[in-house]
Amino acid sequence: MNKHVMDEAIGETRLDRGTQGVIGKGAPRYEGKLKVSGTAPYAYEYLAGEDVAYGFIVPASIAKGTIRSVDATKAEAVPGVLTVISGDRIVRAASQPMAPAAQTIDGEVFHYNQPVAVVIADRFETARHAAKLVKVDYDAKEGRFDIAARTTVREPASMPMEPNQTRGDFESAFAKAEIQYDQTFTTPSYQAAAMEPHATTAKWDGERLTVWTSHQLLETAPGQLSKHTGVDADKITVHSPYIGGGFGSKLGLGPDAVMACLGTIATGKPVKIALTRQNVFQATSRRGETVQRVRIGVTKAGKITCFAHETDTTNSPGNGFFEPSGISSVFLYPGEDRIVSHNIVETDVLMASACRAPGEATGMLATEGALDEIAEQLGLDPVEFRRMNEPEVNPQTDTPFSSRRLIDCIEEGARRFGWSDRPKTPGSRREGEWLIGMGMASASRKNDLMESSAEIEMSPDGRATVRTGMTDIGTGTYTILQQIAAEMLGLPLDMVDVELGDSRFAPSSGSGGSWGANSAGSSVYVASLALIRELASRIDADAETLTLKDGHAISGNRQIPFADILKGEAISVTGKIEPGKQAEETHQASYGAHFCEVAVNVVTGETRIRRLLTVGAAGRILNEKTATSQCYGGQIWGIGYALEEDLVIDKRNGLIVNHDLAEYHVPVHADVPQLDVVLLEDRDPHASPLAGKGIGELAIAGVGAAITNAIYNACGVRIRDYPATLDKILAELPDDYLTAA
Amino acid sequence: MNVTLSINGRDHALDIDPRTSLLDACRDHLGLTGSKKGCDHGQCGACTMLVNGRRINACLTLAVMHENDAITTVEGLGTAENLHPMQASFVEHDGYQCGYCTPGQVVSAVGMLGEIGDGWPSHVTKDIKTGTEISGDEIRERMSGNLCRCSAYPNIVDAISAAAGKTKEPA
Ligand code: FES
Ligand code: FES
Repeated sequence: MNKHVMDEAIGETRLDRGTQGVIGKGAPRYEGKLKVSGTAPYAYEYLAGEDVAYGFIVPASIAKGTIRSVDATKAEAVPGVLTVISGDRIVRAASQPMAPAAQTIDGEVFHYNQPVAVVIADRFETARHAAKLVKVDYDAKEGRFDIAARTTVREPASMPMEPNQTRGDFESAFAKAEIQYDQTFTTPSYQAAAMEPHATTAKWDGERLTVWTSHQLLETAPGQLSKHTGVDADKITVHSPYIGGGFGSKLGLGPDAVMACLGTIATGKPVKIALTRQNVFQATSRRGETVQRVRIGVTKAGKITCFAHETDTTNSPGNGFFEPSGISSVFLYPGEDRIVSHNIVETDVLMASACRAPGEATGMLATEGALDEIAEQLGLDPVEFRRMNEPEVNPQTDTPFSSRRLIDCIEEGARRFGWSDRPKTPGSRREGEWLIGMGMASASRKNDLMESSAEIEMSPDGRATVRTGMTDIGTGTYTILQQIAAEMLGLPLDMVDVELGDSRFAPSSGSGGSWGANSAGSSVYVASLALIRELASRIDADAETLTLKDGHAISGNRQIPFADILKGEAISVTGKIEPGKQAEETHQASYGAHFCEVAVNVVTGETRIRRLLTVGAAGRILNEKTATSQCYGGQIWGIGYALEEDLVIDKRNGLIVNHDLAEYHVPVHADVPQLDVVLLEDRDPHASPLAGKGIGELAIAGVGAAITNAIYNACGVRIRDYPATLDKILAELPDDYLTAA
Repeated sequence: MNVTLSINGRDHALDIDPRTSLLDACRDHLGLTGSKKGCDHGQCGACTMLVNGRRINACLTLAVMHENDAITTVEGLGTAENLHPMQASFVEHDGYQCGYCTPGQVVSAVGMLGEIGDGWPSHVTKDIKTGTEISGDEIRERMSGNLCRCSAYPNIVDAISAAAGKTKEPA
């Protein structure tokens, strides 16, 4: 195996030379034609036309308690029903990312609408009907549903970050601070709501289990399914070549996967289970709600002296994962004395887990709002306030930043957006019923490089095929891996194929935490170098200086087609990237800035986004088009978080009230104007051999706060309790705005 | 129950459960999996088909109700080798990410342009007497029944705008 450990900063590479000229370009997606023609197969769509059975989940009708009995007699009597599976093998929800297995129910109900049984029938309609006939008796118990009640408070696990990080003596420093900012922000629970509900097709042939499932991280999937079914992991193959969106909700294995496997083993027929949209809301995972206290000590001149960000968030029994709202607060702003801390308030609600930009997506709604408030109190422009508080090194650890272009992003954004034209005071710019305002916020997203590997096979005709267990969740993985291999190997794009999403391929990082492109891409880089060495040795050339272009090796005055070098023989190499000392010696994150203009209606309290610009710096951009699309996604999620999204948990009984797409409001076309994204030319040689950093979650970080800051600038209403719905704005709007209408 | 469905110009004789939605008839029984299921409740638009040229949420209608209708799914617009101009425009403008809402967006866009062509006004139409013109606001308003959680909206609007001029009638 050819391995590169990221111990040292990377120098100039073939990607910098750009001989083939494809890296970074906005190449159309490799799989694009399949997607637009409806021929890219998603998990549920395998075995079309075969004799299959369908599964339908029976949800619990209480939130907490013990299952006394499950009576499936009536359901089993329905013609077409093959079996009803209940008991301890049923799982509560999806598994946590990288967990050894999902949590089984063991005779208990842990949250409202938790699965208690699954009906397998020859038709979908029959399974759905029979599921309603399964009678479950419970011993109900009193549940805990309200984060604010803090009935049970416990320490989080150390994933996804070290939950408590302190430095110096914050309390004394804060007591002495010239200006003491102390406010509490709340964010509701959220649902990832990928458009493809979690779905699985599973086929047991008596010996092997073949599973097609919508899953972001394949490496642990066979092992998990082995635990649930008793089938040896090496007899289980998991496929996930197309995934209809994940956003973290498919980092764990869905309950559909476990139950489809149990179903096919029980019936001997292939089983398909697509979660209903309601199941997705009730039985996969969600982002935990938060209560965040932000305290910042500042001098009258505007220097931040101390910083505290303390978060309560929720999870269910047995789950240590927490929404790490303080993740950016560790390093984004200065202050000698610091606290970043997190508590889990245990509730009897669907487990909380990873959701697009865990931490930044909620935490920066608070901190970036806080910065805006302090700047206003000091009479400083929010841009200037951030410029005055740019730390030289990571203020928590004194580690140098690998590269930090925050101020560049802010300045570039301010210039492009026309920030100097911002209304000086709230309520001062008006167009009829609409008050106009501008707001800005910083963005940052922690960067991680993960272990990942890939195989490249070059066939005798000189075509290359990249194979890795990596996934593409809409992020553009197929395309960027194609571009990296093409650039490295000197091949036109159409000479490179990419195969993903198969647990038999070289193990990969999977898609999550914005690490996918950098990690899987680096493994392709490493494999490419190995392949180049092999080609060079066959023509006695120096691999370092060998030029590769359009399928030819160019050495001195020789120009040899790859096919002539290969002489009828295929070559296959595998490359692997591992994180190394660079991750310890430098602090790595992507940075950006958001600028937003809103209009707030004085009669209805409605907010409309007029303009939204995000400037980002995330190292090398591998595909300008797909990277921009990722940023649109983040911006629009930010619009959702700022204005609409609110997963309502009934505090009396634990029901997730708005458990579908009619009631849980995600942004639609009409909510979103044409947006602007600018990606700065950037390289981070410490982050990976590609000199790139994560981009997929950068744009969601902070964007919601840019919107609420703009709302304040428009109408003088400060929103600290997200989302900024009409009722909250109307209640605080001064009456004179209305009389002036 | 027996039903013959005319889909993409081809007749399909089916013996199905009367509770089967038009969407499931295509996905589960005819191998036409291009139309997607995002909610099964008419809330997302992923299942959009054209029935006699008009947009419909195929999850909200039963297959047996469409005996004499001309049904068009994404597969009927174009193939991967021979894309419909709307499909090609989505590729060119990166009007998608995960691709799951995409068939619904594409079919909806084609149907929507037909509605504008026929002079149907919308909530944002300035003057219903003078007819409607294709604009960003009209597209956003009329496409709002097609959710995209990847949030490719800006590029979808670009793709539709660019294709508007060159879109041929659906099959
Ligand atoms: S599946 Fe038909 S509208 Fe969602
Ligand atoms: S492309 Fe993923 S939901 Fe639209």
